[in-house]
Amino acid sequence: MKLPIYLDYAATTPVDPRVAEKMVQCLTNEGNFGNPASRSHVFGWKAEEASENARSQVAELINADPREIVWTSGATESDNLAIKGVAHFYKRNGKHIITSKLEHKAVLDTCRQLEREGYEVTYLEPGTDGIITPELVEGALREDTILVSLMHVNNEIGTVTDIAAIGEITRPRKIVFHVDAAQSLGRLPLDMNELKVDLMSFSGHKVYGPKGIGALYVRRKPRIRLEAQMHGGGHERGMRSGTLAVHQIVGMGEACAILKNELQADAERAERLKQRFLGQLDGMEEVHINGSATQRVPGVLNVSFNFVEGESLIMSLRDIAVSSGSACTSASLEPSYVLRALGLNDEMAHSSLRFSFGRFTTEEEVDHAAAQVRAAVEKLRDLSPLWDMYKDGVDLSKVEWVAH
Amino acid sequence: MAYSEKVIDHYENPRNVGKMDDKDPSVGTGMVGAPACGDVMRLQIKVDETGVIEDAKFKTYGCGSAIASSSLATEWMKGRTLDEAAEIRNTQIAEELALPPVKIHCSVLAEDAIKAAIDDYRKKNDSAA
Repeated sequence: MKLPIYLDYAATTPVDPRVAEKMVQCLTNEGNFGNPASRSHVFGWKAEEASENARSQVAELINADPREIVWTSGATESDNLAIKGVAHFYKRNGKHIITSKLEHKAVLDTCRQLEREGYEVTYLEPGTDGIITPELVEGALREDTILVSLMHVNNEIGTVTDIAAIGEITRPRKIVFHVDAAQSLGRLPLDMNELKVDLMSFSGHKVYGPKGIGALYVRRKPRIRLEAQMHGGGHERGMRSGTLAVHQIVGMGEACAILKNELQADAERAERLKQRFLGQLDGMEEVHINGSATQRVPGVLNVSFNFVEGESLIMSLRDIAVSSGSACTSASLEPSYVLRALGLNDEMAHSSLRFSFGRFTTEEEVDHAAAQVRAAVEKLRDLSPLWDMYKDGVDLSKVEWVAH
Repeated sequence: MAYSEKVIDHYENPRNVGKMDDKDPSVGTGMVGAPACGDVMRLQIKVDETGVIEDAKFKTYGCGSAIASSSLATEWMKGRTLDEAAEIRNTQIAEELALPPVKIHCSVLAEDAIKAAIDDYRKKNDSAA
């Protein structure tokens, strides 16, 4: 067994060797290195063929038309293009946007920028299960609402939004519906023919493809228009200029082609490993799983170990790579805003870890990780005055703390 | 974040972990911090008739640096008189453990805990006298 054990697949995934093999064929002098925009020679034609093939591979995975796929540098750029692009293009129809407090920073920060430009944004608050329901969305709609932007799967807690039902609310009102699917691609089947979603963001590196590549699905029927955010040569039907990164595009395409065959097996495996892990934590006191118990993806688990502080827990788990909160915010000492939005108090939020399992996780790794987690939690609880107080029956919420 | 070797040593092998009877008149207890801030320290001292700290115990909920700061504090307090112990400064703890700037508050908390434990002991014994 190779140490440390990687249990942070929700942060990023290793590139599948089958993907890497396709990518290296698009780099060197001997390979397919051309510029797909070169129309005058075979190098350009071959590169274009490769990037169009990859576009079809992504489209096939989500049952879309290849012409509905726009290459970007990743889900952050896709979110920016979708939200700003729609807000700017449709501003004559209204300036109200609905999103939620659980969104990734790529969505929240983009909405903040639009607020500075004079748009109004409603940030929906989930229930304690972390679910943004269709009813919440419906209740926030206004005459001037032009866009609803919600994530399909939450990156920190793995809960699933009912985007099929929300699409039924937005479509008849001609409100554009954008979904950040960075965490759901590869974990859940997506069918754009069924879903009434107008724009969807994807990331390559969450699905065993390379970093630095993503895609935005832009619906053709009914047609969704966007104002470009990156100006230049008019690539990607004018929506995203910039020379196509053929090796990365080919990588994301291959990653999606693999998922077309293996998504089901991947999901079952991740779920089995998660259950195995949970089974080995069975019997531990004061262990709470955050987010809805039923509406969730396989393979992602956010657990609070009450009376244990998250950073010291990670320090004990030297053989395991996990994250406290999301990788994007864990550089700060603030507890996760996602967990806070679920109504968790600060200490529970401080005590939580995210474990995510993936294609290359083994049962042996899961067993080793679970044993180390158990030992670390026990050790730190022996060190914890809060655990003593809890055991003595003290209600910690009634203690007058000497805050600092 | 990279921790110093001394922090790791105290974290892996914390000294003087434990709990004393806080009702014992020879025991002073200091509890500082708040769960919401991510760290709580409980530091206890047992003082002999001559005013010397004969034993010290701690329990800490917090990051590795907070655990190391309180572990080190108990080591330094043992064998000192109350007045000597009261002179321990957070800067000395931070320096000894090579704490990075974002972790300085851990050493401040340890100094507060030392002071609180000494105050508690003195309060108990002044009112008893």
